Amino acid sequence: MGTNLFEKIWTANSVMERPDGATLLFVDRHIVHDATSQGFDKMEAEGHSLRRPDLTFGLADHYVATGNSTAQRKPSFDQMVSRLDAESRRWGFDSFGPGSRKQGIVHVAGPELGITLPGCVLVCGDSHTATHGAMGALAFGIGASEIAHVLATQTIWQRKPKQMRVTIDGTLGQSVTAKDLILALIGKIGAGGGTGHVIEYAGSAIRGLSMEGRLTVCNMTIEAGARTGMIAPDETTISYLEGRDYAPKGEAWDRAVAHWRTLVSDDDAVFDREVVMHSDEVAPMVTWGTSPMDVLPITGTVPDPSVAGSDDERKRISHALDYMGLTAGMQLTDIRIDRAFIGSCTNGRIEDLRAAAAVVKGRKAQVPAFVTSGSGQVKAQAEAEGLDRIFTEAGFEWTDPGCSMCVAMNGDLVPPGERCASSSNRNFEGRQGRGSRTHLVSPSMAAAAAVTGHLADVRKFTGSRS
Amino acid sequence: MKPFKSHRGIAAPLPKSNINTDLIVPARYLLRTRKDGFADALFSDLRYEVDGTPTSDFVLNQPPFDTATVLVAGDNFGCGSSREHAVWSLADYGFRVVIAPSFADIFHGNSLQNGLLVIPTPQATVDQICSTLTANPGTEIAVDLDAQTVVCGNLSYTFEIDPYRKECLLKGLSETADTLRSLSTIETFESQHGQSRPWLAAPHQS
Ligand code: SF4
Repeated sequence: MGTNLFEKIWTANSVMERPDGATLLFVDRHIVHDATSQGFDKMEAEGHSLRRPDLTFGLADHYVATGNSTAQRKPSFDQMVSRLDAESRRWGFDSFGPGSRKQGIVHVAGPELGITLPGCVLVCGDSHTATHGAMGALAFGIGASEIAHVLATQTIWQRKPKQMRVTIDGTLGQSVTAKDLILALIGKIGAGGGTGHVIEYAGSAIRGLSMEGRLTVCNMTIEAGARTGMIAPDETTISYLEGRDYAPKGEAWDRAVAHWRTLVSDDDAVFDREVVMHSDEVAPMVTWGTSPMDVLPITGTVPDPSVAGSDDERKRISHALDYMGLTAGMQLTDIRIDRAFIGSCTNGRIEDLRAAAAVVKGRKAQVPAFVTSGSGQVKAQAEAEGLDRIFTEAGFEWTDPGCSMCVAMNGDLVPPGERCASSSNRNFEGRQGRGSRTHLVSPSMAAAAAVTGHLADVRKFTGSRS
Repeated sequence: MKPFKSHRGIAAPLPKSNINTDLIVPARYLLRTRKDGFADALFSDLRYEVDGTPTSDFVLNQPPFDTATVLVAGDNFGCGSSREHAVWSLADYGFRVVIAPSFADIFHGNSLQNGLLVIPTPQATVDQICSTLTANPGTEIAVDLDAQTVVCGNLSYTFEIDPYRKECLLKGLSETADTLRSLSTIETFESQHGQSRPWLAAPHQS
């Protein structure tokens, strides 16, 4: 019986086992950010020091100012950002803060800098660390005590998760993106559908995705409750990495590439669960409720709670519609929005900004809208391509990189009761600010909503409807 | 971590289900550092009015429960966000033990890593304990970790705990300190791993 991609990395990084069944994994890459200072506090309180500064990297993202005009900032936000900088100087690890071209959201900048490599075990104190699995890494989010443990030992105790393979075959329809694929999958298996599993994505639709698209798919794996997502490295991965800041060079690069080519699930590898989907089924998607699984094609209507399968589900849907201020049966395209946000670790990459700009070009934003690049490099690239001017000429704000309105921790927020078309990943109650109402969409769908003032089918803006 | 061998103290009843970590410590306190302490943050939206005056109806504001060190709560305690601040606020306030029918996974792990003993206890027993605490405010609960027993008035029972976690608690060992006892194993692994994957071992910016 063959082994799958997950098992290959798990075995290669297993240091030892404990009688209670937990495995000690060696951590090849640990990324810390400006909301993980508690980990350093705990490490020091227990009298330890940072064991491997060379394998530790810092990126400021959650609390950084983006220059968004509606931000409500507090001085304590800047203190969180400078705290990370202070830790990096104290312990001697590389860290990038505001102003550095290398700064950005951990899950955008990490892959982009070549910190994330195929076959590595990577951890970070953030649930969306699943993103990095798109490069063929085993990457997952951890809590504060675990951060302290990794800082002090460069290892982490884990129980082996089950393995699920999600195969998506086919080609993507017009204006259908990686975001729509993953939203459709979460809609299909549910917000708890991946619980206890790591998911490997396979199939021609996944193979056909760019690196950016693959990162988007793995990013939202956590919204299906899975521990993480993974995609086997291939030519797309290898050419994406070549020449990146921290990527190996010269002879080390050749050796690395030879190894990475072995990181695939064997033909006879076995998974605990298999899910199969066809990309032809997927249209541009939008969420209507307060869980990412509350998702429908943009051509749909707001669901009716009375047709729910169970009493609990009926209550859940009614409560969600109540919170979202929606009426059952209304066309999704009739939902008016108050603002639009393009950015986040799900969709703040160059390809996302290009897709949004293609819709925005020559049109005008009907509501306040802003675009926050996922990293300094994305921002610089977009400016070099003139995308910033397309956005600003259409009345969008063009802001500095960071998590921004995805989580509202830096003061960029959606005011109470307002409705936002957002390219981020969570539509929980209050996620984008107290009382905020979020509709998750792809970046081009967010752009289409911004230029019409309501949720809209992006296919009307990008040529013939399919 | 402070070792935990046994504990005896006043217990407070809070028999609600699904007490989430947002309720235990609201998000606005997350900017604090561990050193600042989280005692005042514990249940702050339940303990204080918007103007900061203590609420009269919350159990921890009513003597003798204001000096409680054991909390007895409803099922699925600690659900929601993974914030470890929830455990720190309970511990900083003075709690050493939480008794409930069930605990959310992440909270459960976070507690034992911080010397806060969580004791899953059948619902019927929790109900009985809560009636005793309400009928006789100030009743103390005694917990013996080594023997795995809880005594509350006439009632006593034994509880389950993972043997590894039990040992860490008894010795006051944090998982980190324990792992570091295997440092030489880690070092051996590390050097072999580094040799077979040199591109992972020494990342340097170009
Ligand atoms: S962009 Fe949003 S989801 Fe991503 S790391 Fe930042 S806050 Fe978390």
